[in-house]
Amino acid sequence: MRTFWLLVRAGFRRHSTYRLALLAGMTTNSVFGFIRASVLLAALASAGSSIGGYDAPTAVAFVWWGQALLGTVNLWGFAEVKDRVRTGDIAVDFLRPVNPQLTYLASDLGRAGINFIGRGVPAFLLGALLFDMAWPPSAASWAAGAVSVVLAVTVAFSGNFVINLLAFWLVEIRGISLLWMITGGLLCGLYLPVPWFPDWLRTVATWSPFPSMLQNPIDILAGRVVGTDIVSAVAVQVFWAVVLLAVGQVVLRAGRRRLEVQGG
Amino acid sequence: MVEVSEVSEVSRWASRCALRERLRPYRVLLASRARAQMQYRASFVTDILGTVGVGLAEFAEVWVIFHNVTVLGGLDFTAALLVFALSNIAFALADMFVGHLDQLPRYIRAGQVDAFYVRPLPLLAQLMTSDLSLRRVGRLSVALVALVVALSTAHIAWSAATVGLVALTVLSGTAIFSALFTAAGGLQFFLVDGAELTNSFTYGGSYAAQQSQQVFPGPLRIFWTFVVPTAFVAYIPAVAILDLPDSLAPYWLAWCTPLAALLAWVVAGLCWRLGTRHYQGAGG
Repeated sequence: MRTFWLLVRAGFRRHSTYRLALLAGMTTNSVFGFIRASVLLAALASAGSSIGGYDAPTAVAFVWWGQALLGTVNLWGFAEVKDRVRTGDIAVDFLRPVNPQLTYLASDLGRAGINFIGRGVPAFLLGALLFDMAWPPSAASWAAGAVSVVLAVTVAFSGNFVINLLAFWLVEIRGISLLWMITGGLLCGLYLPVPWFPDWLRTVATWSPFPSMLQNPIDILAGRVVGTDIVSAVAVQVFWAVVLLAVGQVVLRAGRRRLEVQGG
Repeated sequence: MVEVSEVSEVSRWASRCALRERLRPYRVLLASRARAQMQYRASFVTDILGTVGVGLAEFAEVWVIFHNVTVLGGLDFTAALLVFALSNIAFALADMFVGHLDQLPRYIRAGQVDAFYVRPLPLLAQLMTSDLSLRRVGRLSVALVALVVALSTAHIAWSAATVGLVALTVLSGTAIFSALFTAAGGLQFFLVDGAELTNSFTYGGSYAAQQSQQVFPGPLRIFWTFVVPTAFVAYIPAVAILDLPDSLAPYWLAWCTPLAALLAWVVAGLCWRLGTRHYQGAGG
C-alpha cells in the first residue's frame, strides 16, 4: 500500500513539471467549454423546457464538469504500455516486485491528481464565474462525486490498459485503440449527455463501461443524480473497475506467457 | 510587334518551365509520402476507417441534438447538416495538407528543424510537404456525403452564383483552417511544452465553425467572426445559400470569405515569421 502511494505521488510530480502544458490544456478545455455550453443552452432554449432531466444550470454544470474531468480521466488513452510491450521493455516491469498493472494505475492516479488541480479546477471555476451553474446539492453529492471521479479514472485506465496489452498478440494496435477512443468519446457523455441519446443508443451506452468514465461522476456533481440513485451510479462504476482490472490481470498473465524477448 | 509578342511568349513559356522546375521537388516529395503510406495496406485501411469513424462521431453529435429539438440556433436539421458538411470538408482538407504542422514541437525537441534548415527549400514549404495525411480522406468522405445530402434535400434556388459560392466557400474555408494551422505552427516556436494552447483555435475553431453562430452570445460571436474567422468557413455562406434570415450575416458577407482567408493568412504569415525569427536552433 505504501509503495502504491509513493508511486501515485511520483506520477503526480512527474506530470506537475510541465506547468505550461497544464495552462495550455486548461485554456483549450475552457474554449471548448464555452462552445459546448453555448450549444447546449441554445438547444434547451429551443426545446423550451428541460431535456432528459437537464435544465439550463445542470446543463452548464454538465459541460464544465466534463471539461474539468477531461484532462483528469484519461479518455484518449495512452501508448506507454503498448510501446513497452513492442520493444520488450515490459520484461523489466515483470521483474519488479510490484504488479505492473498496479504500478501503471498508481502513476495514472497521480497524473489525474495534478491534472485535476492544475487544469480541471481552474477551467471549472472560470465556467462557474461566467455561467449560472448548478452546484452539487449536498455534502453527500460532493463526497460521492469525489469517489466517483477516482473510480472514473480507474475504469478509464483499466480499459485502456487491456487495449494496450493487446500489443502482445497484434503488431499494431492503432486501429483498435482508435476504435475504442471513438466509441468511448461518443458513449461516455463527453459531447452530449447520455440521457439525450435516442433509446437504442442509450441502451448501448448503459451496457458499456464508457458512462462510468465520465457521465456518472458528472451526473452526481451536477446534481442530476441524487439520493439512492447515487449509490447505484457508484456501484456500476465499482463493477466496471473490478471487471476491467480483472480482465487486465488475466490478459497480462496470458501475455507474460507469450512474451519472448530477443537478445540479452 | 510580332517579334515583341513572340519574345514575351517565349519568356512566359520559360518562366512557366522555371516554375514547374521549382515545384518539382515538392511534387516528388508529396508523391513519395503518398506512396509510403500505401505500402502497409492493412494499416492504411484501418487508418481511413478510423477517420471515417471520427467523421461519423462528429455527425452523431449533430444528429443526437436534433433528435431532441427541431431547430437549433435558427437552423433546422438540413441547414445544420450543410454547416456541418462545409466546415468538415474545409477542415479535413486543411488537416490533410498542413495539419501535421502540429508535429512541430516534436521536431523542435528532437532537433529535426535544424535538419530542415540545412536543405535548400523554404522551411514552411518543407514542413507542409513533410507529410500528406491521406488517411484524412475518411473524414472528408463523410463530410462530402453530408454535403450532397444537405444540398439535395434543402430547397435551394440554384443558380450559377450558388454553385460558385459553394466552391468559393470550400476553397476559402480550407485556406482559413490552413492559416490557423500555420499560425499555430509559428507560435509553437515560443510554446513548445504548451503546444496544446494552439488547439484552442485550430480544433476549437473547427468545433465553433460547425455550429450555428446564433448559439453564441455576442462577444463569442464577434470572436469567432473577427478574431478567429471560423464563422466564414460554413455558417455565413450557408445562410446565403439557403436564403435564411439572420441580420448579422447579410448575403453579401458570404462573398467576403476570400477576404477573411486573406486576412487570416496575413496574421499566419506574421506568426510564422515571428516564430522562425525567434528560433535559435537546437544547439549541440
